[in-house]
Amino acid sequence: MAILINNKERIPDHWTLIQSASGPDVFSPLKGRNALLPLGLFLSDEEEAASQFSAIGVWLDSHQNLDKLEDRLSSLPIIALNFPVFNDGRPYSLARRLRRDLGYIGEIRAIGDVLRDQLCFLERCGFDSFALRSDQDPDACLKAFSDFSTSYTATAVNEMPLFRRRG
Amino acid sequence: MYKYDGYDATMVQERVSQFRDQTGRYIEGKLSDAEFLPLRLQNGLYVQRLAPMLRIAIPYGMLSSQQLRKLAFISSHFDKGYGHFTTRQNIQFNWPALEDVPDLLAHLAEVEMHAIQTSGNCIRNTTTDQFAGVAIDEIEDSRPYCEIIRQWSTFHPEFAYLPRKFKIAVCGTKEDHAATQVHDIGLYLRKNDKGEIGFQVLAGGGLGRTPVIGQVVFDFVHQHDLLTALEAILRVYNREGRRDNKYKARIKILVRETGLDAFCEKVLAEWEQLRGGSLTLTDAEIERCKSYFQAPPYKLLDASPESLRTALAQDVLFASWYSNNVTPHKRSGYAAVAISFKKTGYAPGDVTEDQLNALADLADRFSFGEVRVTHAQNVILADVEESELYNLYQQLAADSLETANLNKLNDIICCPGGDFCALANAKSIPIAEAIQRQFDDRELLADIGEVSLNISGCMNACGHHHVGNIGVLGVDKKGEEFYQVSIGGSSKREAKLGRILGPSFAQSEIPFVVADLVSVYREHRLDHEKFIDTVDRIGVDPFKKRVYEKVQ
Repeated sequence: MAILINNKERIPDHWTLIQSASGPDVFSPLKGRNALLPLGLFLSDEEEAASQFSAIGVWLDSHQNLDKLEDRLSSLPIIALNFPVFNDGRPYSLARRLRRDLGYIGEIRAIGDVLRDQLCFLERCGFDSFALRSDQDPDACLKAFSDFSTSYTATAVNEMPLFRRRG
Repeated sequence: MYKYDGYDATMVQERVSQFRDQTGRYIEGKLSDAEFLPLRLQNGLYVQRLAPMLRIAIPYGMLSSQQLRKLAFISSHFDKGYGHFTTRQNIQFNWPALEDVPDLLAHLAEVEMHAIQTSGNCIRNTTTDQFAGVAIDEIEDSRPYCEIIRQWSTFHPEFAYLPRKFKIAVCGTKEDHAATQVHDIGLYLRKNDKGEIGFQVLAGGGLGRTPVIGQVVFDFVHQHDLLTALEAILRVYNREGRRDNKYKARIKILVRETGLDAFCEKVLAEWEQLRGGSLTLTDAEIERCKSYFQAPPYKLLDASPESLRTALAQDVLFASWYSNNVTPHKRSGYAAVAISFKKTGYAPGDVTEDQLNALADLADRFSFGEVRVTHAQNVILADVEESELYNLYQQLAADSLETANLNKLNDIICCPGGDFCALANAKSIPIAEAIQRQFDDRELLADIGEVSLNISGCMNACGHHHVGNIGVLGVDKKGEEFYQVSIGGSSKREAKLGRILGPSFAQSEIPFVVADLVSVYREHRLDHEKFIDTVDRIGVDPFKKRVYEKVQ
């Protein structure tokens, strides 16, 4: 299981990730758990999933967009955004859109190729939980959030850009 | 020029610490090559043919004498005693050792400099006109806006892993010295009919493998909305730019494949989310940034003083240098002076430790302690008293910096090419030198007049060959170096891409090809017609015919 950092603390992961190629047949063996469904499966089989799992979240791959989720955000406690490779920049914009433009207040989790040196900027885009790649040192990762003490531009950590804060 | 406050200084120092830790983990084997790659690139560090290469930002081209002296120290302490001015107002060092780079960056931070985002798939150093603030045709000084963009783009968390690199240029003058239209975003300062300052915003320009002139996305964006408009364009690009093919990943391909109208609609949809939000610039912030670029304490002086006129009449070499390298200034009695780094026998844009120190001394003595570097790889003293020009010239001559060839055929824009760069297909520096040796006659060069000749060693086009009046591109043909020649390109307001003449040439043929092109021009030109204007009027064919007739 991936090491999870949530709100800058290492915690156990309560969510079971359903792979993208899965169909609703995988639901019953996982009955009663909290399931993170791939976007396609969530859109096609939400009702069935709701009857099997105790809670449902959604995960998106980096090329997917939020159009079909926009009016259902309030019912989702977690949205995970996948990094197929660490240097795929698209989830940064997805998270920013979720947090600022769409006002999503649930958990936004980075999954996939999630590495120490990306964490500081991920947090600033609105991610608050991080399922680290298995080789990552969680203690080193916890330090990454303080690589920079402030930011010039507006971020999810502080929507006031520096030019509005300078004395 | 801009001065760091506590916030700026802290962030640059934090960056040095971060990179020191990252470099240490890489050397210990805790970071793979692939994982370290974007981290080092976003600190300007390439692994090159001979050694690492470090590219240092010179934001919008401005350097103080203190910074010049620090660069001189770095060139001797970490390098082999020289650096290289690039075509994007940066300076590169070709020989630092990887493990020394964090210390080198710490030295830079002491003088408010850095290598942040000088490479990698992020927003790069913002460039502008070297005559900003002193040009007689200026609409508005571009530098405060460049600094605003620098701060917004520095460590922008959303745009650190774009599909590809992203370059922004700002032009505040009527004539364009910043090649604005061949940038991912080009910004032209303008005033609307109410006298409000804003920007015409172009997107999708660029050189490289697929050269494109930028297209207008917004005809007028009020200055308050600058950052929200930029952020909207970047957001669309970051989400939708291609990531499947490195050669199709620049925004120019997205604009082309999406279509300009559809692209603009997407940008507008994003802009609606952002406009009026916290990134809306305030008058206070604009005024704060402008306060760093106030006019220096000019004296009240008459134009064209007697001492200058006498020197010009008596010293023909000074007169030649004056007519080539001195640009009028908006302030009476002052001039902007170009110091050419295009001396025959020296790699274009290369600068030695001694020259960096000499520039610092010249800046202190003649131009309020500041210089600007240009995208044409020369250096400007922007605020020289006309009565001091002869003294300046004599000091330049003593420093061997009096080359009088600005905008002439031998003022060649040239990338480092195959001698240094791992990407190059062919050498470029020896081509530049061969052309310079072919054209070393002052009177001939004066007669030929203004011509831009740009050389790139590969199709990445760092030497801007597409927009040279004459462009030379190094290509690889079955392991041998050949050169494709184009004419008719321009990076000015009427930006144009050059047209390729035909089959490529061997290295040794290039000076003769250029000589043929010049001959056709001199035969066909009308009174005072520049090379580019003759090409526009008579077309490529007469040039093509002359160049290839010997081959057949």
